[in-house]
Amino acid sequence: MSSQTPEPIKRVSIICSKGGLDEVLPSLIMANGARMEGIEASIFFTFFGLNALIKKTHDQLKIATVGNAALNLAMPMMGMPITMPMPTLLGAIPGVSKFASWMMKQEMEKLDIPPIGEFLEMFSDSGGHIYACKLAMDMFKLKKEDLVEQTEEVLTIGQFYERSAGASIIFT
Amino acid sequence: MATREIAGKQIEFDDEGYMTDHTQWTKEVAVVLAAEDGISELTERHFAVIDFMRKEFEANGTGPSIRKLTKQSGVPTKELYQLFPGGPAKKAARIAGITKPQGCI
Repeated sequence: MSSQTPEPIKRVSIICSKGGLDEVLPSLIMANGARMEGIEASIFFTFFGLNALIKKTHDQLKIATVGNAALNLAMPMMGMPITMPMPTLLGAIPGVSKFASWMMKQEMEKLDIPPIGEFLEMFSDSGGHIYACKLAMDMFKLKKEDLVEQTEEVLTIGQFYERSAGASIIFT
Repeated sequence: MATREIAGKQIEFDDEGYMTDHTQWTKEVAVVLAAEDGISELTERHFAVIDFMRKEFEANGTGPSIRKLTKQSGVPTKELYQLFPGGPAKKAARIAGITKPQGCI
């Protein structure tokens, strides 16, 4: 039995690979929370996660209301029981995803969670690093100019691992 | 819990080093606590943050989120991290004599 205290976390590299509002926020909250604790932090946006960095889309991210089996969790926001399911067919009605996303943004504001654009700025200003994945950029025909100015670099996977030396890597 | 004498006053701290009674706080106490956290000089800008945190704590019983702090105290995020390197919310709260912040933002 070792009596040594575990080493405190010094660096984290968070990979954000999905681009829904509810998928990008956890990455940002965890990364920003790391900075608040004095932990070095970076986020590597790849595949659909890149949606969070695109100037034209980053403040319009949505929650998927089709095929999302956990939407019952959002029911209390509308005063309904948490056990009430959200049928996928209802979720497919035009405007439902937009409404659910709007509702979530209201709740975010109450909890002082900033909108994505402001959150990226806050994280960057705190000394956090924002990277975009080169392969995903090529796939989606994106250029660095399409991304928010806080995007520090476009990296290959190899460069991402280099930048992550000594860090805990968290995939989301 | 521990009681320490700082700047001629008996001050109580919790196990994590945060003051348990913010009314015992004075600027002299802040200077000593800041030095313990590696901040050798408290400037006007430090006090802009500290005063805002204390005001928030007195109004709400808890320190502000970093977002609220930067928006309302007039100290932007970049500067905040420079003023209190290595964890601004916690460090500023300790120096401001309030309890450890519980927020995630």
